[in-house]
Amino acid sequence: MSDDQQNWPLFEVFIRGRAGLEHKHVGSLHAADGQMALEHARDLYTRRMEGVSLWVVRSKDITASDPDDADALFEPAKDKIYRHPTFYEIPDEVKNL
Amino acid sequence: MSRAEAKRSYPDLGQSERFRYVLRLADTSLILGQRLGEWVGHAPALEEDLGVANISLDLIGQARMLLSYAGEIEAAGRDEDRLAYLRDQNDFLNLALVEQPNGDFGCTIVRQVLIDAWQLELHTWLEASTDQRLREIAAKAVKETRYHLRYSSGWLIRLGDGTDESHARVQASLNDLWKFTNELFSADEIDVLAENAGVAPRLSELHSRWSVRIDEILSQATLTRPVDVSYGWFGKRGEHTEHLGHILSEMQFLQRAYPDVTW
Repeated sequence: MSDDQQNWPLFEVFIRGRAGLEHKHVGSLHAADGQMALEHARDLYTRRMEGVSLWVVRSKDITASDPDDADALFEPAKDKIYRHPTFYEIPDEVKNL
Repeated sequence: MSRAEAKRSYPDLGQSERFRYVLRLADTSLILGQRLGEWVGHAPALEEDLGVANISLDLIGQARMLLSYAGEIEAAGRDEDRLAYLRDQNDFLNLALVEQPNGDFGCTIVRQVLIDAWQLELHTWLEASTDQRLREIAAKAVKETRYHLRYSSGWLIRLGDGTDESHARVQASLNDLWKFTNELFSADEIDVLAENAGVAPRLSELHSRWSVRIDEILSQATLTRPVDVSYGWFGKRGEHTEHLGHILSEMQFLQRAYPDVTW
């Protein structure tokens, strides 16, 4: 593997499975720029008709939460089960909710 | 409206000429697909490994459809596998350009741009051929080919407009391979008969459209278009360079060594 390839920045790849669904993160790859990343993503991640739309974004442009902050960020939600929509009676006629 | 449905009537294309014309297209895709397959495991980056392999698989898929059709036209009991694996070098009718060695990655890209632009114009035209099967095959192939050219021209522009070394390398490959483009547009008897029958495009018209595309790509890649040469190999007549035999010895080895083997 050449130095140049290792110098290619990392991109994260998101695929929309089909119309109406949201884009989902599927993995990452190296490319020289966004356009090349899009083509690599097409070749690497849509070989089996996985999607109808692609997004790529430089990994360094993603601001991620720190695992050490998990307690502060996510613990407080744990005891607030009333935020889940589990206290409603769903009429039989409603097939999907 | 396809040319078949148009009011104008065309002289029929003989069985033997149609067979040879379809075989030319089939072998060109097959040999190029085999050549690109040589990159698998050796491309400059894992991502390019997959990119080149994808193009290779598209081309082999096109070759399979075309070979099957050629076998049906011939009506001598030869299927796609027999045509691919049990013909000798002089019976292959691919363009000499596609059998040229891969060289470095830039050289492969130059060869690919030259042939992708040709196939894109060809497939676009064939979507309105009087030959229904070629229309159907072209309709599928044209989408693949559009992507192939996007990939190859993208790389040629990066390399041509890249470093001094990458520029010098792709310019040298371009100068070296240019003589093989002569064959792409030199019509022989079969090309003329196929054109008259509305089966195939007029190669001089194809040349004009190809030139516009190539000039635009070369200009973006800051490369110089070489001067045309008046001679050339005619792989489509079975006159091949020394390289085809080596490709076939690898591609056909299994069927030759173990006839009718299956898995």
